[in-house]
Amino acid sequence: MDEKVLISVKNLDKYFSLRKTKDCPQGLLKAVDNVSFDIYKSETFGLVGESGCGKSTLGRTILHLLKPTNGNVEFDGVDVGALNKTALKSIRRKLQIVFQDPSASLNPRKRIDQIIREPMIIHKIYDPIEREKRIDELLNVVGLGQYHKNRYPHELSGGQKQRVGIARALALNPEFIVCDEAVSALDVSVQAQVINLLHDLQQEFDLTYLFISHNLNVVYQISDRVAVMYLGKIVEIATYGELYQSSLHPYTKSLLSSIPQVGENSKCEKIILKGDVPNPANAPSGCKFHTRCPIAIEKCKAIAPELVEVSNKHFVACHRLEK
Amino acid sequence: MKKFMKMYRTNLFFAVGTTICMTWILIAIFANFLAPYDPLLQNMAEKLKPPSGQHWFGTDRLGRDILSRVIVGSRLSISAGLITVTVAATIGSIYGGIAGYVGGVTDNIMMRFAEMVLAFPALILAMVIGVVLGPSLYNTLLALVIVAWPTYARVMRSVVISIKENDYVESSRALGASNFRILSNEILPNTIGAVIILATLDIGNQILFFSTLSFLGLGSPPPNPEWGAMVSDGMDNFLQWWICTFPGLAILSIAIGANFIGDGIRDLLDPKLRKEF
Repeated sequence: MDEKVLISVKNLDKYFSLRKTKDCPQGLLKAVDNVSFDIYKSETFGLVGESGCGKSTLGRTILHLLKPTNGNVEFDGVDVGALNKTALKSIRRKLQIVFQDPSASLNPRKRIDQIIREPMIIHKIYDPIEREKRIDELLNVVGLGQYHKNRYPHELSGGQKQRVGIARALALNPEFIVCDEAVSALDVSVQAQVINLLHDLQQEFDLTYLFISHNLNVVYQISDRVAVMYLGKIVEIATYGELYQSSLHPYTKSLLSSIPQVGENSKCEKIILKGDVPNPANAPSGCKFHTRCPIAIEKCKAIAPELVEVSNKHFVACHRLEK
Repeated sequence: MKKFMKMYRTNLFFAVGTTICMTWILIAIFANFLAPYDPLLQNMAEKLKPPSGQHWFGTDRLGRDILSRVIVGSRLSISAGLITVTVAATIGSIYGGIAGYVGGVTDNIMMRFAEMVLAFPALILAMVIGVVLGPSLYNTLLALVIVAWPTYARVMRSVVISIKENDYVESSRALGASNFRILSNEILPNTIGAVIILATLDIGNQILFFSTLSFLGLGSPPPNPEWGAMVSDGMDNFLQWWICTFPGLAILSIAIGANFIGDGIRDLLDPKLRKEF
């Protein structure tokens, strides 16, 4: 795999302003807090973290569906935030998203063919006959029969709807797709099918994925590299092999130990974190994880650790690394 | 149109509603031929007569034939109701749709203004408008519209807000669609149902409201037959039940008819309820 950086996220912040209350002294919710990473071409970059930690916000901010508060996102060397309206529209062809809930992501009043034709109309590509061909082709690619064309979303199953969502994202020949919990709403057997589909599509069209999920097994199946997020911060980035064998951040360790195991090695002890996730609107000082960290020291309360490269492409943000 | 005919055959309520409304519209068009008497002709000898072979719906206290007055009155009442609702629903929906879609400060300012209008007692506001502009049919309709549109704006705004949070709107944005395209293609088609229901429910209301204004001398001047005015006329003669009953029934029937049609149209537009045969 060549190591060409496709997406480069630099010091990205996304804050939401809230009313100032006791629970929210700054009046700010730092959903994404100073996040930087690169995504290489043709890889699947997994993003895991618990609910509410800012995964989806990060995904949407990368696509500029939400305007970042600070920092920027570069796609293929182009700063997406600095583009004007027309340029942004044309770059959207390259950047697509597949949503979590397939029922909510398809307009209930449109037929499947209308849904897939929409992106081609918006960008005025192909003439009407070619568009029809393209729709058939896309349906074929995602494994749906052409007889689905004249159906409405409510007539399809969840897995089929998700395939339509994928077909719509593919209609513009994108290079980068954010899969925002793209399989979480599906049941397990359908999950596997959709993951395989995404994998095949990646091979076929040379796609790059940002795969957002809270399900570690799913991320494990599909990702080349994985980033772990906690309260708006990325705490660890590593290739999946390295992450699963030698994770360094205490949060990652506890996450991994929580995956149910079957078989002989299932005896490995679980690291159970005490307490709940702190309110993101009133996040702890220093390292945001220190309130629940089993190995926290005084320094963690005061200073936020930087993401440092400990070995080749393995980044960790923790003060207790050297130990 | 083909769908409409299919609907007519398969949906009983829709068929009933269409029949009622079509009948009334035909009656209004051919009112002059259908009315057995001159609706303005006073005949003191025949005053306050109960329904009989001669006067099917009886006569009022000036001896005018109520059937004739109901038939001729349909013209004014139905057109006033339809015009008010159509104009108010259009203005209100656009206003509320924009407020809901844009959101933020714009939304706040726009909706505060709408609520300001809504805060006035409707009748008094309409009267003031009517008095200031001078009593005429046109001004009364204008007053009705001014009073009616904020309701549509509020409903439309809330519907748009709930719809714009859907992922398909977000995905349309991710595809690079313009605001106008998102509004017209993704959001509006999903709001039509709510507005149609509200509008059809409102037709009866507006007819009554128009009648109230006519009764106060702002709509159509008294001798002209008009359903609402006839109902309020009859309230003084409680024992002569037929005076208010028949125009009241007329209002009821057109309101029900409009509702049934509205229900039918909503079902027609909603793919989830659209049955394939």
